[in-house]
Amino acid sequence: MPNHIKTVNLEFSYKTDDGVTDVLKGIDLEITSGSFVAVIGHNGSGKSTLAKHFNGVLLPCGGTVYVNGIDTRDDSRIFDIRQRVGMVFQNPDNQIVSSIVEEDVAFALENLGVEPAAMEKRISEALAAVNMTEYRTHATYKLSGGQKQRIAIAGVIAMRPDCIVLDEPTAMLDPVGRREVLRTIRSLNRQFGITVILITHYMNEAAGADRVIVMNDGKIVMDDTAQSVFSQVDELKKLHLDVPQETELLYELAKEGIDIGTATNVDECVTQIMKVLDRK
Amino acid sequence: MKDITFGQYFPGASPIHKLDPRFKILLTIALIVGVYTAQNIYGFVLVSLFLAVMIFVSQIRASLIFKSIKPIFFIICFTSVINLFYGKGGAEFDLGFITITERGIYTAVFMALRLIFMVVTASLLTYTTSPISLTGGIERLLSPLKLIRVPVHEIAMMMTIALRFIPTLSEEADKIIMAQKSRGADFESGSIFKRIGALVPILVPLIVSAFRRADELAMSMECRCYNGGDGRTRLHEFKAVTSDYIAVLIIAVFIGAILWTNYFGVITGVRISL
Amino acid sequence: MILKAENITHIYSPKTPFEKKALDDVSFSIEKGEFVGLIGHTGSGKSTLAQMLNGLLRPSSGKIYLDGEDIWAKPKEIRKVRFAVGVVFQYPEYQLFGETVYADMALGPRNMGLSEQEIKERIEEAADFVGLTNEQLKRSPFELSGGQKRRAAIGSIVAMRPKVLVLDEPTAGLDPYGRERLLRRIRQYHESGDKTVILISHSMEEIAENASRILVMNHGKLELCDKTSDVFRHAQRLSDIGLSIPHITRVMLALKEKGVDVRTDIFTVEDAKAELLRVMRGADIV
Repeated sequence: MPNHIKTVNLEFSYKTDDGVTDVLKGIDLEITSGSFVAVIGHNGSGKSTLAKHFNGVLLPCGGTVYVNGIDTRDDSRIFDIRQRVGMVFQNPDNQIVSSIVEEDVAFALENLGVEPAAMEKRISEALAAVNMTEYRTHATYKLSGGQKQRIAIAGVIAMRPDCIVLDEPTAMLDPVGRREVLRTIRSLNRQFGITVILITHYMNEAAGADRVIVMNDGKIVMDDTAQSVFSQVDELKKLHLDVPQETELLYELAKEGIDIGTATNVDECVTQIMKVLDRK
Repeated sequence: MKDITFGQYFPGASPIHKLDPRFKILLTIALIVGVYTAQNIYGFVLVSLFLAVMIFVSQIRASLIFKSIKPIFFIICFTSVINLFYGKGGAEFDLGFITITERGIYTAVFMALRLIFMVVTASLLTYTTSPISLTGGIERLLSPLKLIRVPVHEIAMMMTIALRFIPTLSEEADKIIMAQKSRGADFESGSIFKRIGALVPILVPLIVSAFRRADELAMSMECRCYNGGDGRTRLHEFKAVTSDYIAVLIIAVFIGAILWTNYFGVITGVRISL
Repeated sequence: MILKAENITHIYSPKTPFEKKALDDVSFSIEKGEFVGLIGHTGSGKSTLAQMLNGLLRPSSGKIYLDGEDIWAKPKEIRKVRFAVGVVFQYPEYQLFGETVYADMALGPRNMGLSEQEIKERIEEAADFVGLTNEQLKRSPFELSGGQKRRAAIGSIVAMRPKVLVLDEPTAGLDPYGRERLLRRIRQYHESGDKTVILISHSMEEIAENASRILVMNHGKLELCDKTSDVFRHAQRLSDIGLSIPHITRVMLALKEKGVDVRTDIFTVEDAKAELLRVMRGADIV
C-alpha cells in the first residue's frame, strides 16, 4: 500500500505576546492509502493544527509534510495537494459558500476550471455519495445541521480527492445529524476507498476507525488499533480522555479478577460478557 | 427579521427562472424604465396586467410578492403624500389648511403605483434568479470594467457570500437578542441614547461572530482551491438561446405598447419627483 | 413547587402557511432544589420550552407559574421573571461582549438595579462557581480559551442569583475533559444550596448521571416525565422517538434479550459493573 501522507519531524509554533508557543513538537507519521484513521486528544493537544498541515493550509515551521510525495511547501503544487486532500471543518454554516446546494458543491470544480458539462456529472456523483441527491436545488440555509455538513462533504468529494480530513465534523450536530455524517464518512471509506482522517472528541466515533492516534501536548503518545488503544484505560484517563463505556465496563470487570476480553462497541461487549457467562 | 423576503431566491423551473441572467438583469432595467413612462390610466392597467401575467408565469406565490412591498410601505406612503400637494389643475378640494387638486390625487396614486411596480419587477428578478446566477450575470455585464482595473470578480463573490449569510446572521442576531434579554436587557424603553446603548451587547457579539465566520469561510474556500477569478469556469455557463431573444421581443413590444397608450392623453405631466 | 407549567401550547406564525405547533398541551411541575433533565430530539420543542420558562416567549395558551404566581399576570414586569429563571442558551459564549469578563458578567446584575458593591459580590460568587480566577475576570472575554468563555457566559447568568438555572446543551462542542469539569461545576452549584437546575441535553449519559427526574419531549408533547431510573426502563420507546440511549444501557438490554436475567434500568458503568458482578457471582463464575 502506498503512503498517502507522510510527516517527518513536523514542528509548528506561533508567536504570542508572551513568547513562542510550540503546538507540534516533532510528529512522525505515515498514513496509508485507503485507511480510516481517528485522531483524538483533548483541546490544545495539537490535533487540529496537525490536520491543517495535511493539505497545506498550515506550513511546517520545522520538518516536512509530503502528500503523495509532494512537499506541501512546494507552492507550485499547492492546488494539486488541496485537490487530493479535502478538508471539512466543525461548523457547517461557515463552509457553505452558496445559497443553493448544487452551486455550493460546484464551487471547487469552478475553481479548478472543470468544464460545465463534466461538472454536472461530478455534482451528481458527489451528492449521491452523501445521500443528498434529492436536495440538489434546495436552499442551503434551510437544511439541518447534519445535512449541511453532508453538503460540505459533497463539496469536497466533488474534487475527487484521495483523502478527506474531517476536523470534529460532528461536534456541533445533534445525535441524528451525527449518525448521518458518520454513516457518510464510513461509506466514503469503505465503498469509495477514500482515506479518512477523522479528528474527534467522541470516543465511540474513534472506536470505529482502523487506527487511532492519540495526541497530547504536541506529540503522538499512542498509535495503534482502536482495540489496543482503548484497552489502556488508565493511560487515557491520565490524558483527560474518555473511553467508550463498553471498554470501561469490561476493564472494570477485569479488575475484579474476571477473565474477560476487551470491546469498543455494544455487540463486542455483549459477546465478551456472554462468553464469560457461558463458561460455566 | 425572518420576514425579509426581498433579495431571496425561490427555486423553480418556470420560463422566467430559465432566462439567461444577463438578459434578465438588462430586461428588468428596461422594464422599470418602461413602467415609468406610463402616463395615464390605460398605461397603468396595461402594466398591471403584464406584471400579473409575469407573476403567474414565474409560479411565484402572489403572497410573496406582496411581502416584498411591505418593507418599503412607508416610503410609498411618504412619496404619495408629498406628491399629493404637488400638481395644480382639475377639481380642487379645500381642506381648510391646504388645497388638494384632482391632479395631485392622480400624481399621488400614480407615484405609489410606480414604486410598487418597480419593487415587484425587481423582486421578480431576485425571486427567480439564484444569487450565484445573479452575481454571475452582473459580473459578466460589468466585465468590460476589468479593463480599468475594477475588481469585478471579487465584487461579485462578495455579493454571493453576503446573500448567503443574510439568513445565517439574522438568525444569529435573533439568538443574541434573546440571550441578552435573558440578562434583563431592555430595547423597548428609555431615551434614544439608552436604546442605542442597549444595542452594544448585540452588535459586539454579532460583529465578532461575523469575523469568525469570515475567517473560517476563507479557510474552507482555500481548501476548495479558490484562487480568485482567473481560470474559473461556471456551473451555469451563460449562453443566450431562442427563449432569451423571445423575451427581449416581448419586453420591446410591451414598452412599445406603453408608449402607444400615452397617445390617449397625458393625464399627469408629473416627473419623478423624489 | 417552584415552577409549574399548565397546559402550555405554543404556535409559531399562527394563521400563516408557516404555522407550526412547537408545544402541544404540556404540563409538569418542578420542586425547589430539584435537578431535572430535559431531553428530546432537535425540533421536539425543548428549546421553545426553555424560552417559555423565563418569559422570552409567551405561550399561545396555558399558564406558567413561578412560586405560585402566573408569570404573565403583569407583562410589564416580565424582566423580574428573567432574573429569577436564568436561562443559559446553546453556545452562550457567542453572547459575550464586555471589555472585561467582569463587565460582561455585570450586565445582568446591573439590569437588576443592584448597587456596585452587591454586583461585585455576586460576580465574585459566580466566578467561584464556574471556576474563573480574579485575574481572568479582568481579562477580555475574547482572550479566554473556549471552555473558559463558556464558563464565563454561564457565570454571567449565575451572577443574577436565579432561583432556577436552565442550561441548554451546556457541554456542546467541549472535549471530554471540559465536559466532565463543567458538569462537575454544575453539580456543585446544585448541591450548594436550594438551587433548582434544569439541564437540557442530547446526551442521555449526561442526563442520566446528573438528573434525578427526566422530562422527555417529542414533537411538542411531553412524552415521558418520571424518575431517571424509571425513564430508562422505556429504552425501546426512547429509541423509537429518535433518542440515543446510553451505550451501557444498550449492553444490558442486549444481555436481557439473550436471556440473561439482568436489570435494564442501568445507565452508568458503575451500576452495570455491580449488576454484572451480582449475576456472575450468583452463577459462581467469580
